[in-house]
Order: sequence, then C-alpha cells, then structure tokens
Amino acid sequence: MRHLLGIEGLRRADIEALLGRAEAHLHGGPDASHVLRGRVIANLFFEDSTRTRTSFEMAAHALGAEVLNWTTAGSSVSKGETLLDTVRNIEATGPVALIIRHRSSGAPHLVARHVRCAVVNAGDGTHEHPSQALLDAFTLRRRWGRLDGRTVLIVGDILHSRVARSNLHCLTALGAKVVLCGPPTLLPPGLESFGAELTTNLDAALPRADAVMCLRVQSERQGENFFPSTREFSRMYGLNAARAERLKPEALVLHPGPMNRGVEIAPAVADGPRSVILEQVAHGVAVRRAILEEVCR
Amino acid sequence: MSSTILLSRGRVVDPRNGVDGVRDVLVRDGTIAEVSEAPLKVQDARVVDATGKLVLPGFIDLHVHLREPGEEGKETILTGCMAAVAGGFTAVVAMPNTKPVNDSVLVSEYVKAKAREARLCHVYLAGAITKGLQGEEMAEMGALVGAGCVCITDDGRPVMNAGLMRRALQYAQLFNLPVMVHEEDLTLSGKGVMNEGRASTRLGLTGIPPSAEVAMVARDMVLLEETKGRLHVAHVSCEGSVRLIREAKRRGLNVTAEATPHHFILDDEAVGAYDTHARMNPPLRTRRDIEAVREGLVDGTIDAIATDHAPHGVLEKQVEFDKAWNGVVGLETALGLTLSLVREGVMSLQRAVALLTDGPARAFGLAGGHLAAGAPADITVVEPEAEWTVDSARFFSRSRNTPFHGRRLTGRVAQTWVSGRLVFEDGQIKESR
Repeated sequence: MRHLLGIEGLRRADIEALLGRAEAHLHGGPDASHVLRGRVIANLFFEDSTRTRTSFEMAAHALGAEVLNWTTAGSSVSKGETLLDTVRNIEATGPVALIIRHRSSGAPHLVARHVRCAVVNAGDGTHEHPSQALLDAFTLRRRWGRLDGRTVLIVGDILHSRVARSNLHCLTALGAKVVLCGPPTLLPPGLESFGAELTTNLDAALPRADAVMCLRVQSERQGENFFPSTREFSRMYGLNAARAERLKPEALVLHPGPMNRGVEIAPAVADGPRSVILEQVAHGVAVRRAILEEVCR
Repeated sequence: MSSTILLSRGRVVDPRNGVDGVRDVLVRDGTIAEVSEAPLKVQDARVVDATGKLVLPGFIDLHVHLREPGEEGKETILTGCMAAVAGGFTAVVAMPNTKPVNDSVLVSEYVKAKAREARLCHVYLAGAITKGLQGEEMAEMGALVGAGCVCITDDGRPVMNAGLMRRALQYAQLFNLPVMVHEEDLTLSGKGVMNEGRASTRLGLTGIPPSAEVAMVARDMVLLEETKGRLHVAHVSCEGSVRLIREAKRRGLNVTAEATPHHFILDDEAVGAYDTHARMNPPLRTRRDIEAVREGLVDGTIDAIATDHAPHGVLEKQVEFDKAWNGVVGLETALGLTLSLVREGVMSLQRAVALLTDGPARAFGLAGGHLAAGAPADITVVEPEAEWTVDSARFFSRSRNTPFHGRRLTGRVAQTWVSGRLVFEDGQIKESR
C-alpha cells in the first residue's frame, strides 16, 4: 500500500492485516522504535484537529521517527500559496510520509498525484477519514472478535460525515451490516449502492443495533436549514438515556469526537458502561502505528 | 481579388438543402457558386480533390469563450479562432464574460477589431443582458445590437431576478434578439461543485441537484409563454430540461436549445478521483440524463451542438476540486465526439451535421450553415475514417483543460474554408494573408 487515501477500494485482507498489526502494537510486541528511526513524518494539518494530529504524532514517535508538525496558521498558505506548492516545498525537506488533514474533499488525492513520498489521509472534507474507521473497527473487533453478522447503527449528519463514509466502507468490508440514520436532508443519495441500509427512524433502529456510533452535529448546519434547530435535532436524533434503554443489553456506544454533550449524545451515555469512546482514542495510536509502518515500508 | 475553387467529388452533406451525395462544389469570390451532381469543368479553378471526404457547411458554435479582453493567458481571440478552424468551425459566438464584460459598444468594437486582425473565422458577439453581468440593470441592448451582437446573455450566470428576466424577454423583441440563458437556480445549486448523486456522495463533494437547472427552465418557459419572446437555453444537461423544452416547442413557444459534447458523452463518474477537468457548470449528470440529451438532439428538441469552449490555465485546475474553476475547452474535440454518436447509431450523419451547421445558424439567424448557391463559402472538409488520439499538448487553444485527453476519436478535419479562403489544412493554420 503506497498511500492510504481512503477505505474505499481496500480489500478485507488489507484491512485485517492492518488491524492485526495494530493488535501487535497494542500488546507492546517487539520493540518498534527502530522501524522509522532517522526518518521524518510530516503532519500537515490544513484544518484544526487535536486528537488525530496528536495520535499520528505519538504513533510516529513510537516508531522512532521525527515529526514535522505543520499547520496553516502562520504559514505561506495565508499568503495565497497553493496546496501543491506548499506540499512540494515540504516534500523537498525529505519526509517519508505526509499526513494530510484538509477541509477540501480529495485534497490528499491531488497531493498523492504530485509527490513521491507516501500520503496518508487524516480526514479530507466530507469524504473519508480512514484511520478513524480503522480504529473504530479495531475497537469493535477487540470487543467482538469478528464483525461478521453484527449491525452497526451510525446516526446523525451522514451527509457531511467523512467518518460515516469511511466506516461504511470499512465495516461492510469486514462483514458487518451498516444502518445509517438521520433526517432526510442529511442522508445523501446513493448510499444504498454501497451496501448501507438507510432510515430516518432512530427509535425503530435502536433495538437491532449491536453498536451505535453518534456523529458530531456541526452547529453551522443549523443556519443551512438541514434541520430547524439543534434542540429539535437532539430531540429526534440524540442518543439520550431513555433511548439507550432501547438498546440490546450488550450494545456498545461509539463517538469519533469531539462530542457535543447533550446534543447528539447525553453525558450519561457518553460516560456510561456501554461507552467505548476512550478506548477508541487509545486504540488510535496503535492503529496509526500500523498505518505508518505499512505506507513507509 | 477574384478566386475560383472547385471542391470535386466529395460527399456533400447539407441538411438544410436536403443534399447527401457526391457533388462538385464551386466557389467564386468567397461565395458558393454551384453545387453540382455532375462533374464540373471550370477554367482557371483551383481544384481540390475531395474524393472519400465529407464536404460540409462550416460548423457554427453558439457558445465560445475567447477570454480576450482580460484573460489573454488562457486564450486570445487569435488562438481561440485558431482552435475554432482547427475544429472545423467557421463561425463562433463569443460570450460576454470577458474582463471588462461585453456590455458596451466599446468592448464589442474591441473584440470585432481583434477578430478582423485574426482573420480566421467569423466571430459573432453576444452582449450581456445586464450591466457587468450583475443581474441588476439591463445593459444597453439597442447599442449592443448596433455594435453587432447577435444575442444577449449573462453567460455563466442565471438571471435570478424573474421580473428583470421578463422585461429582458420583452425588450429584446424590439430587435428580434434571442436571449440566451444559463439555467441555474442559485438557491438550489448553493455551494455545489458536481452533480448530486451517487458519485458526489461517494466523493464527499457538495452536489448540485438537477432541480437547480430544471426549475429555472420551468420558470423561463412560463415567462416565455407570457412575453412571446425568444429564448435560447444554453448547455442543457438534464432529463427534466429536455422534457420541458420539448413541451414548450410543441406548444409553439419560440425556444431553441443547445447541448455540449461533454454533456452527451460523459456522466458524473468522470470526476473519478477528483479530476478537475470534469468540473463544469452545469455539472456532468447521469447516464439517464445523457440518454435524454441524446434523444433531444435526435428529435429536434435541442437545435445545436455548442462547445461552451472555456479555456482555463493550470492554476485554475491543478487545485483542490472545490476550488477549481468550471469549464473545459471543446472546439478541437467537438467533431470527433459528435461523430461518435453517429458511429454508435444514436443519430444519422445528416442529423449530426445539422446540429453543427443548420441548427445553430437558424437559432441565431446567422448566415451560413448550408451550401446552396449564394451562401458564404464556409466549408469544412472531413476525413470521416481518420483515427486520432486527443493530445491536449497539441491544441491550438492556449489552454489544455479537457477531460478527453488520450481519447481515441474517429473523424478529423482536413480543411476549413472561411469565405472561400483556406484557413486550415492537414493540421496547420494557413497563413491568413
């Protein structure tokens, strides 16, 4: 695998190999601190992020790499430099991989066509967030062993969610059934063709789910008339304590973060016994070590 | 300077005059003198052997961006005309979204002067509907017509103000002027960058629903019916628009329409992995829309094939998809793409030729588009079986933004004659003086 631009198109075997390697990292395994010793990984964050950037940084350090942390603030981007010029300049300093977060869908694809080093998509616009999907799958796999036959319900702003897209491809490839739930304005056309089931009725979908993933609702969407108010959204699609009661006893709750507590997820649910939200974060480092190892081979 | 040219034994296809067969075409002093079934013997004529070739009326493109004045780095009137004649076009209509906008006699005169200097093909002008294309105040239509504008249009922008659009349709009747419209309801297209559908969902790109176009076509048909004006719908891209235009024509409204090769060849899957060469407005639609546009081309709902030739530099295209500019160059690939519809059995050769010649000429009331005696000697000679590969590096256009680079096409322009002058032959622009 030269780049990791998305989950779409990866085979089950590719995904399982990455998850297997992440498992080894999680257990400590043999010392990996020499794997990328003396090499540089460039973290290029054109969009704000805390957990993804930190997680990739820790993963790179664990493999012995140096990390170049770059953000748009104070860079030549604010002087009008194009994405390709910025990236080519950074590539010229010799990193083995570029980790790219960008608000435009497809930006990592554009970069990958014009650089020789590896490119890892750390979230592009409303397209994909592959490392997040892998760590979500990893978290579920650790709980369940296998994902085959399980049903994962993803609820919220599906239209603008790169996490939903990557998870749809990833979970489906691993044999799970994915149900996508949200108001009709936030369910884009054509999702069924990727194997998803669509519903607008959260209450009806909850009892079937083995896991529920709540997505962050971006407050700016309210002004765009996708839904009347955050309050109404929360009432219709928020995972509150009463709704969580409708879940199977052993069902899990996930959230890719950052959370709007009290909007898409109630604090009691986020911090409750079903929640694996902090496990997701912890697993992120192991999964990203596996990704860096793979693309830098 | 008098000149006599005899194009002998080519297959003449001239839809307006119902000609399809081997003919001799005699040109005298820039005008068609005679089209004869029997071989002609003419003293002192320059004889061009057209055996095995198609002899067609020169193509007319109703929708071309020449970028001059203002964006000469993308195209100039000269390079645009070179691309036109290389593609077999003997006349183009230059859109007004130049910098400054063609909403005045001054800009019209400038474009005409540059076109005269280029001396390659006829350059007709489209003036703006509104000053500065701002959609607020009507431009001086009478002055624009006086300066030679053959239609008015706000080009890439819709006239969102329905009241203003209604008045424009009424006022243009003073001059029997077609009002050409880019049909897009901006409140529906929003920040969209490609067609809304499976492909936009997969790519996470904001979609433009077909309703953005269809709703505006519907509005304008209502206004057209009421005003009895004359409307030309630019670059029809979807099924709903074709249906509405078809119905309007049946009811006798004075409406014409055009479709571009990219909209009848490519669907939204052509965006692939964020290929900005597939970014255009209206966006590439679905297979079903392509079929509907093709049906419209065949049954006469759509009158003309136009390229919407829209040159852009690398800087406008080698960027994030949502930051890229809309548009593709089209003059040099239009013939091959149109002929592919003939090869696929979608339409007859006669219909394809009509869509490039007679249809556009009638839509805007332009000279040419046919080969009867007395018509201007604007002629395109085509080698119908010649195969070639699109190489954007070899375009005469100054820009390279095409989604068809590398595509195999059949059918190549051998010669282009404008007013009896050979301006293009065997891949070369002929010295125009």
